[in-house]
Amino acid sequence: MTTRVGIEVSIAVADAVRLTNTDVIAAYPITPQTHIVEHLAELVANGELDAEYIPVESEHSAMSACLGSAAAGARTFTATSSQGLALMNEVLYVASGMRLPIVMAVANRALSAPLSIWCDHSDMMSVRDTGWIQIIVENGQQAVDNVICAFRIGEDRRVLLPVMVHLDGFNLTHVIEPIVLPEQREVDKFLPTNKYPLPLNPDKPVAMGDFAPPVIFTEAKWAQEMNLRDSKKVVLECWDEFYKAFGRMYKPVEKYHSDGAGIILLTIGSVGETASVAIDELRADDENIGQVRLRLWRPFPFEELRQAVKDAEVLIILDRAISFGGPGGPVASEVKAALYNQVGRPKIVSFVGALGGRDITVAGFKNMIKKGIEIARTGSKNEYEIYGVRE
Amino acid sequence: MEKYAVYVPRLVQKKEKFAPGHRACIGCGEALAIRLAFKALDNNVVVANATGCMEIVASQLPYTTWHLPWIHTLFENTAAVASGIEAAYKVMRRKGMPVPTDTKVVAIAGDGGTSDIGLQALSGAMERGHDFVYICFDNEAYMNTGIQRSSATPFGAATTTSPAGKKSIGQFSWKKNMPEIAVAHNIPYVATACHSYPFDLMEKVRKAAAIKGPAYVHVLSVCPTGWRSATDTVIRLGRLAVETGMFPLYEVENGKYKMSLNIPKLRPVKDYLKQQGRFRHLSDDIIQKIQDRVEIEYQKLLEKAKYGSKTTKRKSRAGAGKVPA
Repeated sequence: MTTRVGIEVSIAVADAVRLTNTDVIAAYPITPQTHIVEHLAELVANGELDAEYIPVESEHSAMSACLGSAAAGARTFTATSSQGLALMNEVLYVASGMRLPIVMAVANRALSAPLSIWCDHSDMMSVRDTGWIQIIVENGQQAVDNVICAFRIGEDRRVLLPVMVHLDGFNLTHVIEPIVLPEQREVDKFLPTNKYPLPLNPDKPVAMGDFAPPVIFTEAKWAQEMNLRDSKKVVLECWDEFYKAFGRMYKPVEKYHSDGAGIILLTIGSVGETASVAIDELRADDENIGQVRLRLWRPFPFEELRQAVKDAEVLIILDRAISFGGPGGPVASEVKAALYNQVGRPKIVSFVGALGGRDITVAGFKNMIKKGIEIARTGSKNEYEIYGVRE
Repeated sequence: MEKYAVYVPRLVQKKEKFAPGHRACIGCGEALAIRLAFKALDNNVVVANATGCMEIVASQLPYTTWHLPWIHTLFENTAAVASGIEAAYKVMRRKGMPVPTDTKVVAIAGDGGTSDIGLQALSGAMERGHDFVYICFDNEAYMNTGIQRSSATPFGAATTTSPAGKKSIGQFSWKKNMPEIAVAHNIPYVATACHSYPFDLMEKVRKAAAIKGPAYVHVLSVCPTGWRSATDTVIRLGRLAVETGMFPLYEVENGKYKMSLNIPKLRPVKDYLKQQGRFRHLSDDIIQKIQDRVEIEYQKLLEKAKYGSKTTKRKSRAGAGKVPA
């Protein structure tokens, strides 16, 4: 049986990629993602992973090389962060539109300006509509497990879509956590070989990336949308199989004491664990409070979310990104939309905080929750509250 | 060239890789150049195509002009896409996965996709030494979007974004020397070619594909639509570009320059410029300025070619007995 060892999360993610026997890695350095691709370069250099490592000259080319590699039928991985993800933006749309199952780890980091290398989710939110399957993790083990799952999901013949695994920069990438690295034979058993149905091959020529006139474009996009929505079945199936094989369970919306709770806090990413401690303490003080975390960001888990919060009176949501001039945090905005037509929906209080690497402590979460409950009762003239700002 | 004319059908394969039915303009030199370039190669080729005229005219769902595996993704990333395909084939072959052997990846792009927006990706791919061929089909402006100037547009040419006017002579800068930029990457093979010299073009493409490592071929492709020239002058204009020294044909193999044609005396550039509407506005002194520049550049090239042939000789002599110190 495998044991937990203390390992830096980035190194563990790279090791997970090694276990998937990835064929091609194209990557460009950017903090805080670098440790992942550095370790992959090392694994390739030492012959521990038989892959081609393309040290490209930009993230735009990293994702572009991934397009070529995936189109040729190779298992393909890259990782990036922040500005790198922003630079890739137009290529991300092509990857999903052309149905290329690339896997990418994103070490979430703020976007400039001002420059900040620290964690928030503004990079993640800027690629929300790129058509990728997006999984958000909150600890190193989840990152490792979901990188492996990402290949299985994306390469599934019923899916054929690229997959992002979001892990918080520094808060996850640079911390040492106790992690179980699966055995090679277990991963080999769990993850089938990549069989891209129509790869670029002179023996059977295909044309990929033709342009679509108006008479075809809508159908092409609708097919893509249906495909992404339907991928949820495969995601669930994969997580089920993963549980059977490895004993760790993942769900699109993960609940923590939320059944029957009057107040629910919704988080994404690594702050979720700190928030859980605050929930524990509040529950010890007899507060009827629970927590839900979004694990699956795209396709959005509408049903699971509605079920998870249907009995709550107050739903407090923390976003780590600002939709400037908009309705609040992007997650809150989507959750509001998902619940708007529900009978007896909870009151929603949207907070934006923990931007650019600022911590929210356990006391901070308790404070925020208290404030949230107050706002739910009295109402607020603001679309959302900014948490922890010095004015 | 003339002596080959009667044998053309035998020398060129009949199979079309870039088949009829595409929607290029009448008299398109670029379509002709692509057709010839891929006739020079066998079928064991994967094509990565940048956004541009040739992508638009050849692909419209649900049709394609290509009889080769073909991929288009974006404008500026074709060299990067090609490097991904090349790397994928390499590792999959190594791992015993089912891919054909010796497949050549050929990236094709226009002058904008090469010397402007795609320059970084191309530079990266050449520097990394991927085994691929990059062919730039240069029609000297962004023709697909409606004749806007690029860095490959020649000095003085009127385009929609470098119009000639009371205060403008048209394109204000000299054509970026893309083949020299490729040479500066120390890649094994760089060549210039033109559809008006079909056998030379095909031979260079064949050579580029046979060489291991990055090869760059820069093909002048006459564009009657954008050059404001008659559609039946495409071949003649290509020849004039070469004969006037505006677009010299040469190759650089492992750093050694070799002129492809011996032109004892260059024709005046005026012969070339006067047949094109894009240069119609140029005064005699501007034409003289172009003439002077062309002569200097051509001379520089001849010097390099002279040096190239000398070093070849010196090396062969040195190799005959002496041990280098």
